[in-house]
Amino acid sequence: MPATLIGRKIGMTRLYDAAGKNVPVTIIELGPCHVSQVKTTETDGYNAVQLSFDEIKARNSTRQLIGHDGKAGLTPRRSHREVRATPEEVAAVKLGQEVKLDIFDAIKFVDVIGQSKGKGFAGVMKRYHFGGLCASHGTERKHRSGGSIASHATNRGYSGRPKKGKKMHGHMGDERVTMRSLAIVARDKERNLLMVKGAVPGANQGLVIIREAVRLYKGKAELAKAS
Amino acid sequence: MSQDLIRAVEKSQLKTDLPEISVGDTVDVHLRIVEGSKERVQVFNGVVIQLKGYGISRMVTVRRIVANEGVERILPLHSPKVAKIEVKRHGHVRRAKLYYLRDRVGKSRRLRDRQRGLGTVVPDDATPAAAAPVAAETAKA
Repeated sequence: MPATLIGRKIGMTRLYDAAGKNVPVTIIELGPCHVSQVKTTETDGYNAVQLSFDEIKARNSTRQLIGHDGKAGLTPRRSHREVRATPEEVAAVKLGQEVKLDIFDAIKFVDVIGQSKGKGFAGVMKRYHFGGLCASHGTERKHRSGGSIASHATNRGYSGRPKKGKKMHGHMGDERVTMRSLAIVARDKERNLLMVKGAVPGANQGLVIIREAVRLYKGKAELAKAS
Repeated sequence: MSQDLIRAVEKSQLKTDLPEISVGDTVDVHLRIVEGSKERVQVFNGVVIQLKGYGISRMVTVRRIVANEGVERILPLHSPKVAKIEVKRHGHVRRAKLYYLRDRVGKSRRLRDRQRGLGTVVPDDATPAAAAPVAAETAKA
């Protein structure tokens, strides 16, 4: 079973560590998830495990999904997410199997994936932290503008047209965001809660996917090794 | 529902032995201070001018005068670094935040003792017979 679970962001609070230091934490309700589908090379061309989370009433589901969950012997679930797995991992997984917080027992750092809060159509100051223009010195109606977007000069977009990828105003937020290598501060297996240091993308009650940290920064890698 | 979960998580770290503190009280805050490998307790005595936050985020602002200079510390009540809080006196106040004390100089800085209600003056050696629950709390602490 790959070390991945889906859950729900509950909210933030603070906890004190052994040294009495204040640690901001996000509480995440993690699972229990159930395996709703197992994909193998023979049947689907690749290996993966589909996890489902959050029981719902049948009337809030669709016939297709009810049937899909039923094949795994499950009641209807709200969320389904697929996780890539190795052939060995897939072989060890049973359809309908329960997956709980236990799979993170030996893990100290996790990646948290969520859908960030939508900010609507945002200007460059908010979206990319541009500095804006002068407040005075004769500036008129251009205080939050991004300034010039192109010229004839090559490095600013050749042949009189803006360079590709130029940062401009537009829709901000409501996109998939991965927070990497967040430390696990505490676990509450009874209530299926995981406390992670720092903020997590999305609104409270939002769906989050948590997996073992893919890559640790140097300092964190040392920390993980030490303890 | 989720608020309940947050409360439940905080609960493990909440202190249960805190006295009832209100704005205007004169308190002794015992602070754990770590210097290198040594730990000692320092007492910060002053007037509570503000209480804010709930649960584990409950904060108290304590103001005192050091060398003729006002010093305010905002302390998380449930932090392990706050070893103990003792209520010394209850001041008579008519406001939730005593920011006006910042502008006061000299004798006008003092607060009259509270005379009414539960919290009349609690002497240090209050016997449980002194009745008021506040007194009992203080004695316990």
